[in-house]
This record gives sequence, C-alpha cells and structure tokens, in this order.
Amino acid sequence: MLSVNSLFTEYASEHGTVVKAAQNVSFEVPEGKLFTLLGPSGCGKTTTLRSIAGLERPTAGEIEVAGRAVYSSSRGIFVAPNKRNFGMVFQSYAIWPHMNVFQNVAFPLEVRKLGRREIERKVMRVLTAVQLDHLVERDATKLSGGQQQRLALARALVMEPQLLLLDEPLSNLDAKLRDAMRTELKRLQREFNLTTVYVTHDQTEALSLSHEIAVMHDGFIVQIGTPRAIYEQPTNQFVADFVGQTNFVGGTVTAVDGAGSCQVRTALGELKALATDGVARDAAVVVSVRPEDLELSEQEIRPDAGDNVIRATVYAKDFLGEYLDFHVKVGDVVLQARAHPSLRTPTGDPIFVRMRAEKCVAIRTDTAPRGGFDANEMKR
Amino acid sequence: MTEAVGRWGPGSHAERARWRFDSRWVLIGVPVALVVWLAIVPLTFLFWQSFLTPHTAARPAEFTLENFRIAYFGGETFGLFVNSVIFASGTAVFALFVGTALAWMNERTNTPFKKLFFALSIIPLVIPGILFTVAWMLLASPKIGLLNVALQGLFGTDYVFFNIYTMAGMIWVDGLHYSPIAFLLMTAAFRSMDPSLEESAQMSGASILQIAYRITFKLAWPAVLGSLLILFVRAIESFEVPALLGLPVGIHVYTSAIFNAIHQYPSQIGLASSYAITLLVLCCFGIYLQSRLSYQSSRFSTVTGKGFRPRTIDLGRWRWLAASLFVLYFVVIVLLPFLVLVWTSLQKFYSAPSWDALSRLSFDNYFAVLDFPGFWTTVQNSLFLSLTCATTIMLVAAVISWVVVRTKIPGRWVLDTLASMPLVFPGIVLGLSIMICYLYIDIGIYNTIWIMLVAYVTRFLPYGMRYVSTSMMQIHKELEESAAMSGASWSMNFRRIVLPLLKPGLLAGFIYVVIVSIRELSSSILLYSPGNEVVSIMIWELWQNGQYVELSALGVMLILLLFVLVMIAQIIGRRFGIAER
Ligand SMILES: Nc1ncnc2c1ncn2[C@@H]1O[C@H](COP(=O)(O)OP(=O)(O)OP(=O)(O)O)[C@@H](O)[C@H]1O
Ligand SMILES: [Mg+2]
Repeated sequence: MLSVNSLFTEYASEHGTVVKAAQNVSFEVPEGKLFTLLGPSGCGKTTTLRSIAGLERPTAGEIEVAGRAVYSSSRGIFVAPNKRNFGMVFQSYAIWPHMNVFQNVAFPLEVRKLGRREIERKVMRVLTAVQLDHLVERDATKLSGGQQQRLALARALVMEPQLLLLDEPLSNLDAKLRDAMRTELKRLQREFNLTTVYVTHDQTEALSLSHEIAVMHDGFIVQIGTPRAIYEQPTNQFVADFVGQTNFVGGTVTAVDGAGSCQVRTALGELKALATDGVARDAAVVVSVRPEDLELSEQEIRPDAGDNVIRATVYAKDFLGEYLDFHVKVGDVVLQARAHPSLRTPTGDPIFVRMRAEKCVAIRTDTAPRGGFDANEMKR
Repeated sequence: MTEAVGRWGPGSHAERARWRFDSRWVLIGVPVALVVWLAIVPLTFLFWQSFLTPHTAARPAEFTLENFRIAYFGGETFGLFVNSVIFASGTAVFALFVGTALAWMNERTNTPFKKLFFALSIIPLVIPGILFTVAWMLLASPKIGLLNVALQGLFGTDYVFFNIYTMAGMIWVDGLHYSPIAFLLMTAAFRSMDPSLEESAQMSGASILQIAYRITFKLAWPAVLGSLLILFVRAIESFEVPALLGLPVGIHVYTSAIFNAIHQYPSQIGLASSYAITLLVLCCFGIYLQSRLSYQSSRFSTVTGKGFRPRTIDLGRWRWLAASLFVLYFVVIVLLPFLVLVWTSLQKFYSAPSWDALSRLSFDNYFAVLDFPGFWTTVQNSLFLSLTCATTIMLVAAVISWVVVRTKIPGRWVLDTLASMPLVFPGIVLGLSIMICYLYIDIGIYNTIWIMLVAYVTRFLPYGMRYVSTSMMQIHKELEESAAMSGASWSMNFRRIVLPLLKPGLLAGFIYVVIVSIRELSSSILLYSPGNEVVSIMIWELWQNGQYVELSALGVMLILLLFVLVMIAQIIGRRFGIAER
C-alpha cells in the first residue's frame, strides 16, 4: 500500500550546514495496517512523516501509495500535499481557532466542493464516530485536550484519506487520558481499516498499537519488526536499550550452531544465547536480557538443556508495589531482575538466577547500530 | 562598631521604615509630577484656549464657543473631516496592503533573497517624511516630475501621467512612507501564528489561495484590523504630506488646517485648538479600539510547544515574481527617492536627467549649503536638541521603567499610562499645546530652543520607555536582590547594578531617539523662532523658497548621517538582542 524507498531528507540550517534528518529510510506498510516510527527525540521521525505528507521535500528517494508515485527523485515527481489525499494529525492538533467544531471538520469537504447535504452527513458521521456529536456548535478553542485530539482526528478522517499520518497524537495528553485515547485510536484504526503511519517516542504506545514498528536512530531506521520481535529479539544494542529495560553483559562468541543459538564467554561465565544477524565465532557481542526474564530462587535450580543458571548475591532491592526490583551481583556485574513481592531474600544473601537461552540475545557490538540496513554501502 | 550596633538597634528600625516610605513617595511622586507637567498641563491649556477668541493688541481674548462652531458647523467642516478620514483611511489601507503582502511573502513563502530583503526593510526609516515627500514631488509633480518628463519624452506627448498634488498622490506618498511600519506589524503577526494551522489545511486538500484566504488571513484578521487602526492614527496625524502636497492645491486635513490657522494674521489659536482637540479625540478613539482588538487577538494565539517550526509555502515559478516585487518595492521606497535627491543636488537648477544635464553635474550645492548663513547654528541646534533630548529621555525612562517593572509601589501603573500617553498626541497638536502653555506660563522658554526640547522630550518619552522596559525585563531580578542583600541602598543599587546592565538597551534607545528627534518637524514647525531653527525646519524653509537643489543637497547629507546612525543602532541591537522598535 505505502512503500517508501531509500528516502533522504535534509535541512539547510541557518549557518549553511546541512542537517541530515532522514537517511536511507525504506519501509512498506500493507493495506489497513498501523506502522509506527519509534525513536528518541530528534531522530528524524517527524521529518520522515512530513516527507510522506509532502510538507517536506526530500532530497532523494521514492514514495508510492497504492501504486501511485507521490514522490520520486529519479522520475522527478512531486505531488503537492493538498493533492495527496492523506489525513494528518499534528502534534499540536492545529485546530483552527476561528472555526467551531463543525466548521473545522467540514473544511476538507468544503475545499473539495461537496454539496451542503453531503458535507453535513459525512461530518456528523465522523463526529459520531469520535464521540463529539454533542459538541458540534462549540468553539474549537473551548475544547478539552482529549476533545481537541478527537477533533483533529475527525478532521483527518472525514476526507476518507488513503493514508493516515499521526505525529505523536497522544503526547499532549495526561497519562490517564492517554491510555484511554490509545485504545480509542486503536479501535478506530481497526474499524475503518485505515493504513496508518504513527510517530511516537513512547515505546508503550508503539508496542500496544502497531502491527509493525521501525526504530529510528540519528536519521536511520535501525530495525523493523513486529512489536514482539522488536522487544524480544533486538538486533542491535540501541534498540535493546531504547525499547524497554535491559541488562547488557559484554562477551566473546565461542561457538555458533546452525539453529540460531550460540555460546558466549562473559564475566558471568559461559552463556547460551540467541544469535542475531552477524554473530560469528570470536565476534565481540553484548548479551541483552530483560529484567523480567531473570528468574530468581533461593533454592538451587537444576538447569535444563536450554538454561543458564548462575549463583549470585542480593545487592539491593527496591519495593515498587506490584513487583520488587532486585539488583543481584555476580563478580563485578550487577544485574537487574524483576521478582514477585513474595520473594524476601535479605540483602547480602546468596540467590540463584535462571535465564532461558532464547531470552538472552547476543548482539554484535563492533557494527554501527545502523548495520542491518547497510547505509554505508548505499552512499558509495 | 557603634554604628553597626545602631543600625540594627530597635530604635532605628522605625526610622528606616519611615525613610523607606518617604523614598517610595519621592520615587513615584517626582516622575508622576514630571510626566503630568509634560503631558497633561499643556493639554489643559489647549482645551482652555479653544474657548477663547484671538488675542490681539486691540482686543484681549474673551470666552467664546465660536471656535467650535467654526470647527464643527463652519462651511469647511464637512470637507475637512471627510478629507482627513479619506486621507487617513486611504493611507492606512494602502500601507497595510503593501505591508501585508510583503510580510506574507517574507514569512510564509520561499521567495528568494528574503533574508536580504528583511535586512533592508529597516532602511526606509532613514528617509525623513519631509524628504520623502519632496523626493516624490520631484518625481511625480505634473510640471517638473521626472517620471512625467521621462514618460512624456518616451511617448512624445504632453499628457500628465502622474499628479502628486491630488488626494491619490497624497495617499500614495504617505502610504508608501508608512508601509515599513505595516510590514513590521504584520511580520510580527505572522510570526506568532502556528504554521501547522496552515499545513493541516494543506493536508485537507486546500490550495494555496484557499489557505491564504480561509486560514491565514482569517486568523490574522484581528492583527490586521489592529494594524489598520495604528496606521490610521499615524496617517491622520501626519503633517508633511498634507502640508507639502495638499496645501498648495487646497486639499485640507486637520493637521494642515491647524498649521494654516496659526499662520494667518491674527493667529487663530482658538480655532487651531478646537481642530486639535477633534484630532486628538479621533486618535484616542483609534488607539482605544486598537487596544480592545489586541486583547481579542490574544484569544486566537494558539500555544504550542514542540512541533512549531516555520515552514514556507513553495511558490514554484511564481517566487521570481515575488522577488521582483520586493525589488520593485525597494526601488520605489528607497532607490528612486534617494537617487532623485542625489541627482537634483548635483544640478545648478532643477532639470530632468539628460546628457546635457549630466555635463553640468557639480558639488556646488553642497558647498552652498555649508556656506549658508546660519547653517552651522542650525546644525548645532539640531545636535544639541537631539542629544540633550535623548539623554534626558533615557535617564527619565530608566527611572520610570525601573519603578514600573521592578518595584511594587502602588499606583505605578498610573505612571506607566501617563508616560506612554504622548504616543497618542499628534506632533502638531503637541506643538500647539506646548506653544499655548508657555505663552501663558512665562518661565522664559517661549521663543527659545528650550521649548522645543520640552516638546521633543514629551513626544519621544514613550519610545525611550519601550526600549528601557524591554531590556529591564530581561535583567534577572536576583541580580538586583543580591546587591540589596549585600547592603546597597536603592540609589547605589540603581547606579551600580541597574544602569550598567541596562547600558545596551539605553544606548540603542538613545540612538533611536536621536534619529527621530533629528527628523522631527510637525512640533518644531509651531515652536521654532529665528535663530533657533533645526535641520528639518531648514529643509522646510528651503522648500518654501523653492530652493530645491540646495534642499536636495542638505537632504542627501542628512540621509547619509541618519543611515550611519541606524546602522549603529542595528548593530548594538543585534549584539544585545534588543527587539527593534
Ligand atoms: N526546519 C528544520 N530546519 C533545520 N533542522 C531541522 C528542521 N526540522 C528538524 N530539524 C532537525 O532534524 C532532525 C530531526 O528532526 P525531527 O523533527 O524529524 O525529529 P523527531 O524525531 O520528530 O524528534 P521529536 O521526537 O523531538 O519530535 C533534528 O536534529 C532537528 O534538529
Ligand atoms: Mg517530532
């Protein structure tokens, strides 16, 4: 449906230097799916989204929607944003303050010169869908944050867009409302079967909403995958670190088997781990393991074939209500583990740690985080 | 040692409190008294005078309502009012149209060279109104105007293409002259608008024109109306254009009518006063509406944090047209007027450019001007007045702004309001009230240079205030408080901490006041006396004598001087980040 190919977007900054905001960005979004661009502030998410919208003119690349090229540097195509028929929700919502709720939503239909009857029908339909139908006459500036957000969404939906673009639509809401709106957004997206590109720096949003996620770093996409794949099998250290919490243990690969697992020599001893792309014998790697994947026990654990079991001491504990944060020490290495509050081992006591091999992900450290997409190859 | 004990002793505590109370009273009292004296007292005299008959040797002044009868029900009344309103609204609309179009192109499109253009937009400020008017007279007067002569030569006719001595001509000149202000006002308005409001319209499928009309201008509407009112007030109080272009052909507006009433025998001071009061009321009304509007427009200003980035609309090939409009504008507002003055200043007698005339170029006029009897006195007067005025204003403004911005003395808003009041006074009305005031209160400054100083200080105090209070707000309050904690008295605090920190703001404001004082004409015209002329008056007199070539030479020198001053002010302003105007 949407296909973005080797997209580059640059800004000329004030002093003549060039900011490379999006570099070699490529991805596909199938019909009706929600695709998320996730990454820290300044990594180029908004830039990529705006390039798709046509609000920014890329320097190179191809963008196609349903087989129609809206941008192509090789063929010299650039379709103006107002001719693309994409709906967009801005981070600031960009609600027009001089219009009321109805007028805001009616605007896209008015510029398309639809009849009054039809405008009214369509506007009321989306306003009902976003549950704003009781506020039709309200001044747009007199809406609450959540209502403004719905209004912005309604305005983007009313034109029945081919593609929906959302730039951090929930970031201006407070925590409770954000959760509610997230569910709402998901419902609407699935209900209308909207092909959507969603930008956020919030991993919870990304993981819970998306069919697929692209993690961005410094203008590059560093990994694309389903939420589960991104979380459980990060292919590089940046992704493992940025999405969720994790423990990193450095080491060297001693053996690799064909089935995707490997042996790593670390400060914790030999670990059985999952091998990601590029992991070979003698490669320098880090092993990433999530705190919830460290099982703690006061009794000695008998390891199965796929298990790593280590003896550690309790170093510190934080009580956080629903769970306990344990810091356990092995030699000089401190690992973070998440345990049930019923575990009451005192600080300083020995404790056994089990990590399943498929939860320990070995990631190469000597490649740049953008390695998977080999951007350097492209530049040559 | 004893002193230290005494200072903290319980007895002196009360003393200190009383002293503090007194100093506060002085702090607010003295500036209020000064500002009342400057701004309110002359107005009272103006009001009183409007009820008196002319005072002549034969008959003393007596009470009358005749002035208001003539002003409101006289034969010319209707024409005067209509002319003034047509002139002012025409000027305002024209200036705003030009200014808005330029500001939109500059802020919201990808017109090439717009950075350069924005930097140049300050330059028109260096051409004083009287010179701008004279230059356009030289360009577009029906008989000698260069544009007419050139076009007549081109088409071989004697058809008059442009006639500057008409209402349209007056609006053209005054509108152009105020268009930079419109440009700055609208630039500010565009900058305060979130561009994503336009972008979301674009994503909704709206074309550039639809966005411009339905979003951009609708949102900018309160700002547009506000600017229109400011420009209307500026235009209705402008003096140079009506006096130079309107008076010769009998197109009268309030300002020129006031001037005319004074310059007949016997002087119709009472009549002039009633005109002045009418004009003042119109101005106040305009400013009142404007302040109401600016309250309204704040309702529209959307607050956004992240995601607010200036983005420009791609004009495609049209951007070269936009760039050429910029160039055309610059030609019309700076290049043509300046060049025509330069050309004229190099001629023996005024003539259109030709090979013949080219061979007669000389700097004689410049030497002639320098040799005028009284030229150096005039220059001295101008320098003395502008420097003294700027110094006084910056000192007074520093104290007043400090009281207003920094202290919590009750009633300080009165001071603020009073000190910015003269902003509403048309120059000629101020000149008239001060003239009347010191005619009655004889403290020996009437017919001296000091009366002009009083007028200048009153008129430009609000400008000085704006500079100082802006930079005062940028100074962190804790700097002062830490000085107070280390034991400094407020006067030492002010001298040692506040003044030095304010220096860049004071300096930029100082230069700005110097510039506007040197250009000042409409107050001076009623207050000068032989021997006390200033440069702008000298230009005025040269114009009245028809000495256009000498006038041009003087004008060119003045423009160059002002240009240098503006550049210095710009550099200081940029270095210290002081907002322009
Ligand atoms: N108009 C611009 N001119 C120059 N540089 C820009 C412009 N817009 C963005 N940039 C730069 O491009 C880079 C990417 O910016 P972008 O807005 O795409 O980041 P982002 O991922 O959306 O970040 P955030 O989460 O903070 O919104 C940043 O380094 C930013 O400073
Ligand atoms: Mg962003």
